[in-house]
Amino acid sequence: MITVLHDQRETRHADSVVEGDALWLDAPAIDAATGWAWKPEGLCRGDICVPVPPVAKRELVRDGQLNVTAMWRRSGQPVVHDSARRTWVLGSGAAQRVSALATLQAPDFELPDLSGRTHRLSQYRGRKVFLATWASW
Amino acid sequence: MWQSLAEELKDHPFTVLAVALDHADAARPWIEAAKATYPCLIDRDHHVADLYNLVNVPQAVWIDEQGRIVRPPETAGSTDGFRVMDRKTGAMPEAANSERVRVKALYIDAVRDWVRNGAASVNALTEMQAGARLRAPDETIAEAHARFRLGQHLLREGKTEEAQAQMAQAAQLHPDSWAMWRQAYAKNERGLASGPEFWARVDALGDRPYYPQADIAPVQR
Repeated sequence: MITVLHDQRETRHADSVVEGDALWLDAPAIDAATGWAWKPEGLCRGDICVPVPPVAKRELVRDGQLNVTAMWRRSGQPVVHDSARRTWVLGSGAAQRVSALATLQAPDFELPDLSGRTHRLSQYRGRKVFLATWASW
Repeated sequence: MWQSLAEELKDHPFTVLAVALDHADAARPWIEAAKATYPCLIDRDHHVADLYNLVNVPQAVWIDEQGRIVRPPETAGSTDGFRVMDRKTGAMPEAANSERVRVKALYIDAVRDWVRNGAASVNALTEMQAGARLRAPDETIAEAHARFRLGQHLLREGKTEEAQAQMAQAAQLHPDSWAMWRQAYAKNERGLASGPEFWARVDALGDRPYYPQADIAPVQR
């Protein structure tokens, strides 16, 4: 069983294959783990599709699974895992963060309060928000 | 920390959204003591720091009614005054203390003025100004956040040693992030990562600020 962490998602996958530094996932697993849909035209989310490069198809696609490690890194996004290769983080790349911030639309997020109730930033649309960080450390 | 501001502005379409870059059990006593009426969220994986490229606390972002960033992340009214305090007694020179009070009041006044006057506030930035002040993360910072996320997950699984190694690597990849370093670092008896290693790291800043000063224009009270 493999655990995949991506942004705030945490999913478990029984049918994944791990070979060295490569994590292979099928389309439903990729969708569940990352929100990206694996279609003939590539990995798609919203209006964006990142094509799976034809020259690299042998390296990237096999038996209905995609080498997400290679695919992620090709698009400049970090992939890290624990020493047992049971927990994988499919990170978000700097380019993605930069282009999101450059729109000046405040990136949305969902976090719990102490009682476990979740709050989304976007639920405060229509109000001014003073988003302030702090910590006990 | 922001309760009096929230109370004073409660009749405006405005909210403070406090995000603790911290674990719930560590943040809980502080939140309960503050008796805050605004939402206090727990961000154990520092996800908001990843999204907004934050490096320390307190940093704040001003977001308008349309969800647009009016002021990108910046120091929320803190100063470097603590660097000249007596490290045994915690005593602060008078000049540093009055500067701390002045900067905090200047910042709070600016928030209040923005809530009341919106885009007409002298501290509400235009899109050009806000865009120019954004600090862009690079690929090393992106990897640091991925490793920090992994480290926090391993910590929850009880794999402490491996977790610490991942978080130490994250802090090394992103040396500007005090949030990663202090969260990862062993805490002293006061619950603060403020042992000798902290002070060594602060001293190593030399002329560089721990809290870069936000460029806030004074407003009439």
